[in-house]
Amino acid sequence: MTATIEPEVGRARPRKEDARLVTGRTRWTDNLTVPGLLHLAFLRSPVAHAKITSIDVEAARRAPGVVAVFTGRDIADAQGSLPCAWPVTADQVAPAAPSLAVDQVNFAGEAVAVVVARGKAEAHDALEAIDVDYDELPVVLDLRAAIAEDADVVHPDLGTNRSAHWVFDSAEAGTGGDVEQAIAEAEVLIERTYRQQRLIPAFMEPRSVLVDPTGEQTTVWSATQIPHILRLMLALTTGVPEHKLRVIAPDVGGGFGGKLQVTPEEVVALVVATRLGKPVKWTESRSESLLSAHHGRDQLQRLTLAARRDGTVTGLKVDLLADMGAYLRLVTPGVPILGAFMFNAIYKFPAYRFACTNVFTTKTPTDAYRGAGRPEATFAIERLMDELAAELGRDPIELREQNWIKHDEFPFTTVCGLEYDSGNYEAATARAKELFGYDELRAEQRERRDRGDSVQLGIGTSTFTEMCGLAPSRVLGSLSYGAGGWEHAAIRMLPSGKVEVVTGSSAHGQGHETAWSQIVADQLGVPFEDVEVLHGDTQSSPKGLDTYGSRSLTVGAMAVLKAGEKVIRKARRVAAHMMECAEDDLEFTGGRFTVRGTERSTGITEVALAVFAAHDLPDGVEPSLDSAATFDPDNFSFPHGTHLCAVEVDTETGFVKIRKYVCVDDVGVVVNPVIVEGQVHGGLAQGIAQALYEEAVHDESGTLTTGTFADYLLPSAVDLPHFDTDRTETPSTTNQLGVKGVGEAGTIASTPAVVNAVVDAVRHFGVDDIQMPCTPMRVWTAINGGPTDAGGPGGEAGGGLGSIDSTGGAL
Amino acid sequence: MIPAAFDYTAPSTVEDAVRALAESGEDAKVIAGGQSLIPVLRMRLAAPTTLVDIGRVPELRGIRDDGDELVIGATTTHYEVQRDPLVRVHAPLLRAATDTVADPQVRHRGTFGGALVHADPAGDLLAPTLALDAELVLHGPAGRRTVAAADFFTDYFTTALRQDELLVAVRIPKHTGWGAHYEKFSRVAQAWSIVAVAVAVRVEGGVIAEARVALTNMSAVPVRADAVERALVGSPATAESIKAAAAHAAEGTSPTADGDADVAYRQHLARVLTSRAVTAAVGA
Repeated sequence: MTATIEPEVGRARPRKEDARLVTGRTRWTDNLTVPGLLHLAFLRSPVAHAKITSIDVEAARRAPGVVAVFTGRDIADAQGSLPCAWPVTADQVAPAAPSLAVDQVNFAGEAVAVVVARGKAEAHDALEAIDVDYDELPVVLDLRAAIAEDADVVHPDLGTNRSAHWVFDSAEAGTGGDVEQAIAEAEVLIERTYRQQRLIPAFMEPRSVLVDPTGEQTTVWSATQIPHILRLMLALTTGVPEHKLRVIAPDVGGGFGGKLQVTPEEVVALVVATRLGKPVKWTESRSESLLSAHHGRDQLQRLTLAARRDGTVTGLKVDLLADMGAYLRLVTPGVPILGAFMFNAIYKFPAYRFACTNVFTTKTPTDAYRGAGRPEATFAIERLMDELAAELGRDPIELREQNWIKHDEFPFTTVCGLEYDSGNYEAATARAKELFGYDELRAEQRERRDRGDSVQLGIGTSTFTEMCGLAPSRVLGSLSYGAGGWEHAAIRMLPSGKVEVVTGSSAHGQGHETAWSQIVADQLGVPFEDVEVLHGDTQSSPKGLDTYGSRSLTVGAMAVLKAGEKVIRKARRVAAHMMECAEDDLEFTGGRFTVRGTERSTGITEVALAVFAAHDLPDGVEPSLDSAATFDPDNFSFPHGTHLCAVEVDTETGFVKIRKYVCVDDVGVVVNPVIVEGQVHGGLAQGIAQALYEEAVHDESGTLTTGTFADYLLPSAVDLPHFDTDRTETPSTTNQLGVKGVGEAGTIASTPAVVNAVVDAVRHFGVDDIQMPCTPMRVWTAINGGPTDAGGPGGEAGGGLGSIDSTGGAL
Repeated sequence: MIPAAFDYTAPSTVEDAVRALAESGEDAKVIAGGQSLIPVLRMRLAAPTTLVDIGRVPELRGIRDDGDELVIGATTTHYEVQRDPLVRVHAPLLRAATDTVADPQVRHRGTFGGALVHADPAGDLLAPTLALDAELVLHGPAGRRTVAAADFFTDYFTTALRQDELLVAVRIPKHTGWGAHYEKFSRVAQAWSIVAVAVAVRVEGGVIAEARVALTNMSAVPVRADAVERALVGSPATAESIKAAAAHAAEGTSPTADGDADVAYRQHLARVLTSRAVTAAVGA
């Protein structure tokens, strides 16, 4: 390896983990087994809100193959209360959150009993023998109704459905002006209410957990994003000492925040395995996942934007109702708060106020879903900017440019007090317009409109930024979050010259193994193939805060880089000793220490072997190059981008077809373009899906009617357009790698781009909003002067399995 | 999701299959490709005591030419229907509709007969079967009987097939040289139809000589758009006359309302899609 070889960072390497992940010939939790394994099946409440008056499990206990049956009462002491790590306010109210309901169920799908059986089928068969009597209570479904004076309450002991009220006011914080004054003095006010529909993360691999209590440590395998946090939280929740627990996240098939959770099933599996002294496994079905794994989004946003007639924005007021669902899960209350700092986005608002009321309903709890608070914020502001442009008769991109932070104004402290380190919105936007053919498409739009074509063209813009790299620990502390935001890594130099990288980041499809290998190969000058990345096991990677919030590269890989620096520092001392020179005389490039001005050199792998032998080390040097580092970022990073979407709306049917989608993202320095491209594509698919397809719908009794993929519509490749992607590269100045994070960008940016395009296509019919998802019926109804939220909550799911009758039809 | 326990038998002849059904009583179910039944079993929406698997009965599978008709065996897969040269020439409407069914995996497992017997009003093969005046051949303990498609579908997921009978084949009159089109409207490609329209037309000298129009998901059963057919026959194959005829498409329909479409929107779609389907069929 020499310095002339192409650097690894920036190289479009196929991912080393793909072969085993794509073929499935790998260690998914459900693939694993241990001797004497028992299987769990959960009985779930069919009703949304009820007192449990009795549970009779005697028949189930006698069923073939059944080892035990437990109700919430049976394990009430051991199961504790599921943790919430983010009390957003000092006076936040929260109910106890038993993993198995004890006296009352508060959402349809809540677990009420668990069967332990020798076989999975036997466990499921026995569920039918359990008899539960429910005394139904009034359901609480609507956010506004839930906070009304005489509202039925989800948790009678709390006496209210309001969990917390969180406020940020720039005047009070001293970071900006008074928004009420801005509104009073505004020449133009845009007032809107937007609904962020409830979504379901719908990761590919269902959740699965296997607990083996037969060793000295109890081992928990789980399809989780957060093995380290899970270990701590299981210990705190169940009282099993932390050092007696080992948590392993083997290969995990996606999460999108949906596996950023300490689940009832994980707790119950641990409690049951401990009580029986036998290993147990649970793997959910898809419908169980859609019903009971946490949901995302679900906000009602009341928004007021103040501006001058010349288009300059002067204030933004945000008033949110956020649906917690029935309980506060791990970071439930913090999700809308994460959005608080992003409503002002890339614009120079002088005054800003954000208030959020967190509300309980009798629905599945919500929590993090890709973007977590930031997509909601970005949607709101990017929709408002298009509305302001329409109100003023301005081009929406030009209006944005008038208000955004110019590239020579960075670093820029926003009205929220965040310091944006770098960015170039002009460059990304110019490139996007060029790729898009913006002027030509605007001309076609005018032509179709003039002609009265039945197919109308609409163009939507989204110029987004997000805060990535969660997070500086001091910031998390100021937000009352229950942990820090650092990440840990270690590098082990093996005697044969190979390298093990230990990371606290926990990949579940992101490609850390490839990206970390590229970074370390460059840093240590070793071949890519000689680097192995170890993660996801609290035994091999003992410290970490795991993977979410686009933090892995900006925080996790930075810890790797810091560990690598220590390795080189240690090796330098040994190399100087080996070559009998001063440390300062050595330069390290391409994996070799060279004595300046000479041909004499030695490779870091030779140093590693010498250290292993330890026959001749400098005095006081311990025989190890291995090093660890814990990195706590000073600031977030702020990727940005310009997304442009053109849609064709069939005005006769309301059907929306995406004609062209262009995005130019600036995610800073790119380690692997293939991985970035994959993240952008997947993110776009999910963001477009929120705009057009996905919606978790409950009927008036609180039953989820979109409980299968026949009813909860995920788009496939044929439903999505070709994505024209490109990048600008403005390195982040908050970390040494210059990276910004890309995991959530596509999801955050694309939703408003699509809805802006749909509204733009039909604005001349008098339409200024269409509720998401913009279904054909909603679009057609809006065009024809009807309500823009047609077919909203309460509508029955159509077609699909939802329409199959209980006899299963005639087949 | 794991189905409740059931007995399983896999006969190799129609007679054995019918006997197995008779012996298994009320709670037996026939399984072919399983694309509708298996999800229902896994969700325990149904718990039959016995499954009679007809996937190993050779005589039920395949497509043959029988004079004025095509005979399609009940367990012929959607994929086989799509690829069959006889279907392409003599029943292009059926092929067009089959192209829109679900995805390639489902089309390789799912069967034509299974889809008809399942009788989901949103299923895509019922309307073409009705439009083409097909007849369904049913085999029971007393032998065979033939039921017209118009009499076969009786309600949501319900047909004239008796518990002890097996659908063995579908006889489809040849529509050689007819224009055909299946206009499907769904939110995503793999979803069920919100509404769809099946059209076969024969044009002579610029005039529509014969027309068959049937609607998917506009009632509990597939419905023939009789008024549209009457208006089309004898009309010039022009946009104006087609649109005028299509205005009758929702007459006599009683669609369901759900989150994707209320009744008025479905009826509106029926008119728009009928106009488009006939236009495409005429041009084909």
